[in-house]
Amino acid sequence: MIRLSVPLRQALAKLTLPVFIVASFALMLLGKADALLAERARMAVADALSPIYAALAEPLSGVHRGIDGLRNLATVYDDNARLREENERLRRWQSVALVLDAENVSLKSQLRWIPDPAPSYVTARVVADAGGVYARAVLLSLGPNHSVAKGQIALDDRGLVGRVTELGARSARVLLLTDMNSRVPVILENSRARAILAGTNGARPRLMYWAEGVQPAEGERVVTSAEANTFPPGLPVGVVRYSASNVPEVLPLARLDRLEVVRLFDYGLRGVVPPETSVARLPERRR
Amino acid sequence: MDDRLPGIRPRPSLWRRLDGTARRSLPTALTMLLLLVTAAPFRLPGQAELQNAAALSCVFFWSVWRPGSMPPPAVFLIGLLADLLDFAPPGVGVISLLVAHGVAVRWRRELTRQGFLLVWLAFVAVASGLAGLQWLLTSALTFRLLPAGPALFQAVLAAGLYPMLAVLLARAHRTVAEPANA
Repeated sequence: MIRLSVPLRQALAKLTLPVFIVASFALMLLGKADALLAERARMAVADALSPIYAALAEPLSGVHRGIDGLRNLATVYDDNARLREENERLRRWQSVALVLDAENVSLKSQLRWIPDPAPSYVTARVVADAGGVYARAVLLSLGPNHSVAKGQIALDDRGLVGRVTELGARSARVLLLTDMNSRVPVILENSRARAILAGTNGARPRLMYWAEGVQPAEGERVVTSAEANTFPPGLPVGVVRYSASNVPEVLPLARLDRLEVVRLFDYGLRGVVPPETSVARLPERRR
Repeated sequence: MDDRLPGIRPRPSLWRRLDGTARRSLPTALTMLLLLVTAAPFRLPGQAELQNAAALSCVFFWSVWRPGSMPPPAVFLIGLLADLLDFAPPGVGVISLLVAHGVAVRWRRELTRQGFLLVWLAFVAVASGLAGLQWLLTSALTFRLLPAGPALFQAVLAAGLYPMLAVLLARAHRTVAEPANA
């Protein structure tokens, strides 16, 4: 150890805090100037931790399921009655859907319709919340040799979840459609009017910029639009709900607060190319 | 061990010195571990705010009661880890923890003589100020006015969490983190 005189040591001790405060301001500027560096550092930490969290997620989801089971036990009678009624209603709808499907197939065969290619997808486990205080995102655990790319679309069993925004070697971050920075081009299903779904960090993203003369109707279904070539058309997003202050919002179909497993779809859409992948990685991914 | 105090003490063998080092680095290590644990997928509502509150409580507590075990470089590293785990703009968590450390060290002479209530009130003041600062910095770095609700929630959560953590940390302060026990 280096022996320093007492006054010098005291002076140095007084100086460390200001030096580190200056360093943290420098870090802030660096993070802003070189966003890629910050992203790499974050994904390196996420990569290191995601196997641990993935291992933890298994017993933890067991605990959650147990708690849910106990909660469900209290309402099992009401649930049963409601499900019976819903089942009846769905059975009627199923017969309608089968008729329409058959009709659709026959019409398409007459029109020489070119079918959309079936998208490939991988399924990944959600291992942690990756949002922080001012963002809404989740972290996925992936295998070491995954084929996931930025901009791929995440869906759960009910509807749209979000898009992959950051990618590591063993993990990926999916920005949820409720995040402030999320903008999804959508179509209102009844009126076929286009709109933008903008996240607010709250549970319900807001509808913006819908066409003039059209008013989003309460309960109307909202699906993705192929505009801007980032989403395929017709993915289920949610249902229109008016807030207390009469603003049209969308209640997402996906259960964003309790995501466990999501599917990442590769539709081959490169409408908005992330800056990093634009040159280097595009050719090898083209099929 | 403090060499300035007179008295008879055992010979500083290798194990004893290792024990002392471990005890001295325990506060930083515990805080980092707590950060990793609070980032685990518990699906608690407000877990991100909880993570911030836990880091702030630990840094404030150790800076008041044992600043030697929570030096500015350690605070910097804790803040950096918090920012990386949180996907926050890097530097925001670092600077708020460093400010908390600075204020705690400046006030520690007065605070250590006071009862718990006053220490807690000082912490509440620091936590509220820092929630505001984080909100301001994040807004400035993302070029948009963020809703102030999460900042308020963060301050209230930190105020509520501190007494609970302080009980545990005070026990650790007297036992496992005390280098004189080595």
